[in-house]
Amino acid sequence: MRLLKLVPDDTNIKFLKYRMPFYVVSLLLIAASWALVMTKGLNYGVDFAGGQEVRLTFSELEEAPIPSLREQIGALGYGDPVIQRFGAANQVSIRVPLPEAVEDTPGAATAIGNEVISAIESTYDNVIRDGNDTVSGKVAGEFREKAVLALLAAMLAISMYIWVRFEWQFGVGALFALVHDVSLTLGMFALFQLEFSLQIIAAILAIIGYSLNDTIVIYDRIRENLKKYRKMPLPELLDLSVNETLARTVMTSLTLLIALVPLLLFGPASLFGLVAAITLGIFVGTYSSVYMAAPILIWLGVTSNSFIPQENVADKQDRIARGES
Amino acid sequence: MLEFPRWKKIWLWAITLIAIVCALPSILSGTSVRWPDALPDPMVNLGLDLAGGSHILLEANPEQVAEQRIENMEESVRSVMRQASPRIRIGDVSTSGNQLSFMVDSSADVDRARELMLPLVNGVGLTREWTLAVVDETRFTLEPTSDGISNAVTDAMDSATEVVRKRIDALGTREPTIIRQGDTRIVVQVPGLQDPDQLKKLLGQTAKLEFKLVDQAALPSDVEQGIAPPGSQIFPYAEGTDFAGSSIAVRRLGGIKGDSLTNAQQSVDPQTNEAVVSITFDQQGGAKFAKLTTENVNKPFAIILDGKVLSAPNINEPIRGGSAQISGNFTTESANELAISLRSGALPVDLTVVEERTVGPDLGADSIRKGMLAMGVGSLLVILLMIFTYGRFGIYATAALVLNVLMLLGIMAVLNTTLTLPGIAGFVLTIGAAVDANVLINERIREERKRGRRVVAAVENGYKEASRAIYDANITNFIAGVLLFIFGSGPIRGFAVVLIIGLFTSVFTAVTLTRMWVAGWLRKARPQDLNI
Repeated sequence: MRLLKLVPDDTNIKFLKYRMPFYVVSLLLIAASWALVMTKGLNYGVDFAGGQEVRLTFSELEEAPIPSLREQIGALGYGDPVIQRFGAANQVSIRVPLPEAVEDTPGAATAIGNEVISAIESTYDNVIRDGNDTVSGKVAGEFREKAVLALLAAMLAISMYIWVRFEWQFGVGALFALVHDVSLTLGMFALFQLEFSLQIIAAILAIIGYSLNDTIVIYDRIRENLKKYRKMPLPELLDLSVNETLARTVMTSLTLLIALVPLLLFGPASLFGLVAAITLGIFVGTYSSVYMAAPILIWLGVTSNSFIPQENVADKQDRIARGES
Repeated sequence: MLEFPRWKKIWLWAITLIAIVCALPSILSGTSVRWPDALPDPMVNLGLDLAGGSHILLEANPEQVAEQRIENMEESVRSVMRQASPRIRIGDVSTSGNQLSFMVDSSADVDRARELMLPLVNGVGLTREWTLAVVDETRFTLEPTSDGISNAVTDAMDSATEVVRKRIDALGTREPTIIRQGDTRIVVQVPGLQDPDQLKKLLGQTAKLEFKLVDQAALPSDVEQGIAPPGSQIFPYAEGTDFAGSSIAVRRLGGIKGDSLTNAQQSVDPQTNEAVVSITFDQQGGAKFAKLTTENVNKPFAIILDGKVLSAPNINEPIRGGSAQISGNFTTESANELAISLRSGALPVDLTVVEERTVGPDLGADSIRKGMLAMGVGSLLVILLMIFTYGRFGIYATAALVLNVLMLLGIMAVLNTTLTLPGIAGFVLTIGAAVDANVLINERIREERKRGRRVVAAVENGYKEASRAIYDANITNFIAGVLLFIFGSGPIRGFAVVLIIGLFTSVFTAVTLTRMWVAGWLRKARPQDLNI
C-alpha cells in the first residue's frame, strides 16, 4: 500500500523571509484585538455578567421570535434583556440582569425568572424550559477574577518551565506566542460578540496547550539544529527547523481539525462556543508558533552558542595551566 | 529503547487492562448490558451540565453569625447574673457594632461579676473567644476575638450543612451532593431535579421560630412609625397573613425559641379547616412553654418565624401538654415546607442562593447523544487518516488512541471525578496530544529512514528524538493543568482534571505502548524496510 504524504519531502519554504511584515501585522492584530475588547467589550455570559438566564425551546415555531421577545421582556422593567439564539433556530437563551436589591433576597431571582417565563408562555404555546442559570453579581465577579488569575498563572509558569528547559529567549518567545493567541481569541470574541463564558476560558486554555505543543516541537528542533549546524545563520536555521517539522505540523493540525469539524457541525449547541474557539485557536496557535515564537529568537539574540555550556574563567585558566588547547 | 523484558511487558499490559476494566461500568451504564452487582463499579459521574439537574450555591453572611452570637451572649450574661447568689443587678445593656456592654449596679459586685463571666469568655481549649474589659469601674465590655468569630462561623456552617442535608433528604430527592465550599458557602447538587423552586424555598427558610409576648402597652401610632417602647421590639407581619403590611410590638425578653422541638407535622385545624403546623416541644421546652402560657393567660403572644409575625393569638388557657399549633394562613404545601424546616432544625444562619444552574434532562441527553455522534465521526476520520498516512504505524497509533480514551475513562471512574462540558474540551486536547505524539514519532522515523538509517536504528532514534519534545510539551501542560486546578473555579477545574489525567494516559499509550508493539513486531518480523 502506498502511504499518503501530505507534505512532500525536503520542503524549503522561506517562512521567515517576510518575518518583518508578518510581525508588524501580528502586532497590529494584537493591538486591534485589545482595542476591540476595550471598546466593544466582551459579550459576557451569565457566568461573568451575573443575572438570571433562562433557556427555552419554542417547539411550535420554526424560529424563535427574538425581536418581539426582546420587546415583551424589556417591558417587564428589568432592564434590557440579552436574547440570543442557542442551538437550533427555535431555541433561545434570555438573560435579564438582577436588580441589585434582589441579590440579598432569596427567591427573588426565581420570581423574576418565573415572571419572564410566564409572560412568554402566555403568548406562545408549548414553550419548553431547557434550563436556567442564576449567578449573583458577587459570584460572577469571583469567576472573572479567578479566570484571569488562572490564565495568567498558567502562562507565566509555562514560560518559566521553557526558560529552564531551553534558554530565556525561548521562554520569552513562548510567552509572546501565548499572549498573541489569547489576544486574538479575545479579539475575535469581541468582534463577533460571541458569548464569553467559563467554557470559553476552558477553550482558551486548550488553545494555549495546543499552541504550546507546536511551539515546543519547533523549539526542540531549533535547539537540535543549533547544536548540529554551528555555522548556519539563524534565519536560515529557523527556516530549516520549521520546514523539517512541517509534515508533523500539518498532520497534527489536520487530524485535530478533522476531529473538531464534526463536533462543530453536528455537536450539541452547548458545545458550539467551546469547539468554535478551539478550532479557531488551532489556526492561530499554528501560525503563532511559526511566525511569532520562532523569529523573535533572532531579535532576542539566540546564537549557536546558546546551548554550549559557557566556560567560566577559572575553568579556562585551569585548562591553560594543564597545557591543553 | 526497544528492549522490553518480559516482566515489563506484563506490567504494562496489567496496568492497561485494569484501567480498561475500570472504564467498563461507565461505558455499559448507557447500554442494556448489566455490570455484575457483586463487582465494584467505579463510575464516571456526569456533571449536571451533561446529565441534567440542579446546582445551587448557598452563601451565609458571617456578620449575621457574629450578631447572633452577641445576642446569645447577652442572654447568657443576664441569666448568669440573675442566678448568682446573691443576685447581681446589671443595667444599661447595649450593643454597638460588635461590642456588648453593660453596667453592674454596685461597684462591690465587679470582681464577683468578672469571676462569673470568665467561663463564658473562654472557649473550648486554649482559644479565647471574647475580650473582656472593665471600663469606668463598673462598665463591662465584651468583644469577640477574631478566633472566636471564625470558630463560630465554622460551627454555624457545619450545622447549617447538616440542616441542609436533612431538609433535602426530607424531599426524597435522589443522591444529592452537599459540600461545604470555602468558609461561608455550601454547594448543593441534585441530579435530575428539574424544578428547584421548592428546594430553594426550603433552603431559603431559616425556620427560626420564636414565641414572644405582645407588648400591649405600646402605642399603635408609635408601632406604626417603628418606634419601640423600651424593652420591646417591632416585628412586621408576614406576607399573606391577615395583617400583612402592619407591625406589632413584642417584649424582647421572656420569650421561647422554637429550637427545642421534637417534632413538627403539617395538619388541619378541625375547627377552621385551615392548614396548620403542629409542633411538639421536648421536655424542657414544654415546661417553659407551659410556664409562659400559665403566667400569661388572656394575653396575646406572637408567633414569629424568621423575623416575621405569623399570628398573635390570645392565650386562652395554659398549654401544658408540650404541643402547640401554629397557624398563619398556610396552604397545605407551605405548612408542609415549614414542618420539614422545623423538623430539621433552624438554620443557624440565613443562606442566600448566590448561584443556581438547572439543566433539563433532554438538553443534557441531547448534548451527550450529539456529542457522541460527532466524536464518533471525528474519531473514524482521524483513524482513517492515521492508517492511510502511517500504515502499520498508524494502526498502532489508532490502537493507542482507543486505549487512551478507555484508560482515561477508567482512571476518572476510579478517582470518582465528574465529566462536565469543559471536561470534554480537556478530552479533545488530550486526544490531540496523543495523536500529536504519534505523529511526532512517525514523522521522525520517516526522517531517520530518509537519512539512510537502518530500520531498527531509525525506529529507535525516532522514539528517542521525538520523546524530548513530547515530554516537554506534556510537562508544560501538566504545570498549566495543576495551576488551573488550584486557581480555577468549578468548570475550569473540570477541564484541569481531565487534562492532568489525560496527559499521563496519552504518554503511556501513545509512547510507551506503541513502542512495545513496534519493538515486538521488529523482533518477530525483522523487516528490511519500513513502509512509513
